[in-house]
Amino acid sequence: MFSEEAKTQLDNLIKKYPKKKAALLPALWIAQEQYGGYVPPEALREVAEYLDLPPAEVEGVATFYTMYNKTPVGKYHIEVCHNIACMVVGADDLIEHIGDKLGIEKGDTTADRKFTLSGAECLGACANAPCLMIGPKYYENVTPELADKIVDELSRK
Amino acid sequence: MSEQPQILFKYRTVPGYDNIDVYQKNEGYTALRKAIKMVPDDIINELKLSGLRGRGGAGFPTHIKWNGIPKNWDRPHYLVINADEGEPGTAKDREIMNLMPHMLVEGCIIASWAIRANNCYIYVRGEYMEPIASVRKAVEQAYAAGFLGKNILGTGFDLDITVHQGAGSYECGEESALMSSLMGERGMPRHKPPSAPLPVISGVWNSPTIINNVETIATVVPIINIGGAEYSKWGTERSKGTKLFTISGHVNKPANYEIVLGTPIRKMLEIAGGPLNGKPLKFLIPGGSSTPLLPATDQYLNLAMDYETMGANGTMLGSGGLMFFNEDVSVPKLMTRLMHFYAHESCGKCTPCREGTNWLTKIHDRIMAGGGRYEDLDLLLDICNNIGGRSFCALGDAAAMPIQGAMRFFRNEYEALIPKESLSKRVFTPLPIAGAVR
Repeated sequence: MFSEEAKTQLDNLIKKYPKKKAALLPALWIAQEQYGGYVPPEALREVAEYLDLPPAEVEGVATFYTMYNKTPVGKYHIEVCHNIACMVVGADDLIEHIGDKLGIEKGDTTADRKFTLSGAECLGACANAPCLMIGPKYYENVTPELADKIVDELSRK
Repeated sequence: MSEQPQILFKYRTVPGYDNIDVYQKNEGYTALRKAIKMVPDDIINELKLSGLRGRGGAGFPTHIKWNGIPKNWDRPHYLVINADEGEPGTAKDREIMNLMPHMLVEGCIIASWAIRANNCYIYVRGEYMEPIASVRKAVEQAYAAGFLGKNILGTGFDLDITVHQGAGSYECGEESALMSSLMGERGMPRHKPPSAPLPVISGVWNSPTIINNVETIATVVPIINIGGAEYSKWGTERSKGTKLFTISGHVNKPANYEIVLGTPIRKMLEIAGGPLNGKPLKFLIPGGSSTPLLPATDQYLNLAMDYETMGANGTMLGSGGLMFFNEDVSVPKLMTRLMHFYAHESCGKCTPCREGTNWLTKIHDRIMAGGGRYEDLDLLLDICNNIGGRSFCALGDAAAMPIQGAMRFFRNEYEALIPKESLSKRVFTPLPIAGAVR
């Protein structure tokens, strides 16, 4: 269920657009936050109800965009760019390195649900490749050593 | 670097430039104060004098776009900023939003004034959460300083800016898909002229809409400050001014650089510190992943980086994502990765792109796995011919062009991956396609 605070946030958002429907993407972002990092079917239904949209339409939109997680992800979602600019400076090795460290394959989540490791399409930090993102934060010029440090720090949190 | 004028990046490295106080101490919001006293036509005329062309990839003259906004129209006008920077190899708009967000905001206000829009939406790709925070902070500061909101600078002009977060879709960088997404739909492209009016007549919510790239809008600020004529002194006859380039790949100093249009590629390589560890380069991609590659030979390194020269050499300046690759990089392997990307990002609306990108990927996977057939090479080109110019939007072309470039210069690398026993007499005979280039 959306908190009162989230509802206020949504109401303010809706006012910024001439049509209520335009608040759908922002509403899904709020829903993802409210539901702990992913959008389960009940979150989609709640968004649909709030914006007076057919649930099927909301699901159609939510499944189109890759950043709305349809299944739960770990507390820290490590997304490593594997597009060409990063690939030629070692992104594939980096993904393997992080996977080995966490004991998981690309696309998996650790048993303690702390880390999910994914490959990502171009994150737009090509001048500082390879790069990865964890939540809102970008890490650039990532070496295996730096990746170890990042993972170790997050493990302690 | 000295001979490269820093028009856009002039104060980029000033500490705190993302704050309104520091920004205002460095010519910030002077262009707005100047522009708000001008009539819209005069602003558009300055852009005409400057020769500014859209920096998002297509290179369309900005003044023509703005001039198309209806003069007497009873619907609200909208300004939409395309900050869905997703072209592999391009990372310049992110730098603008992170380090100089007020220049974008100031550009938005000037542009909105010129096209008589009271609402501006900045559509930023979902992954750019840090740039979004930076631009949101700048927008708040601009509201507090009276540059946004009601009665801006006492002129009676009202403007609201909303920063809108995307959610991970390369396709949304295509302007009509971006508008769909902004309106709360799946990010799929819409009908284009002649079967539908241009966005400038009917864009978001069926209203006149100007949609521009971040860099284009930011560049409006220095143009108003120094004057269009002064700006046009830089560059070539048809490619005026400077442009931001993200130079990446195998160079010693990969970064975003502001470069005068028409600068030889060799010079840009030099500016970016030369080949990584001195290792010889094999090829380059001039303007982002969808632009066809060029070999890194003298003939191509001496080319001038401008819209016309790139076009005349079978490639494009695109969005300015210049990538260099050395001898270690296998062209078919790189293309395989790229095809996975395009197949993943194809929105699925039209058949040539949805099916075509998928088959390009499968055939590449087959070749890379050692199961390639000799006729696969012609089959790849045939699929490209069936995508290029035949898909709903430019994503299809973007997937086909790199293969065509790779086949033009590095077909031998593909052939080397085909098992010998397959090099038989089997020839692929494609069905004839009207107007196809082979």
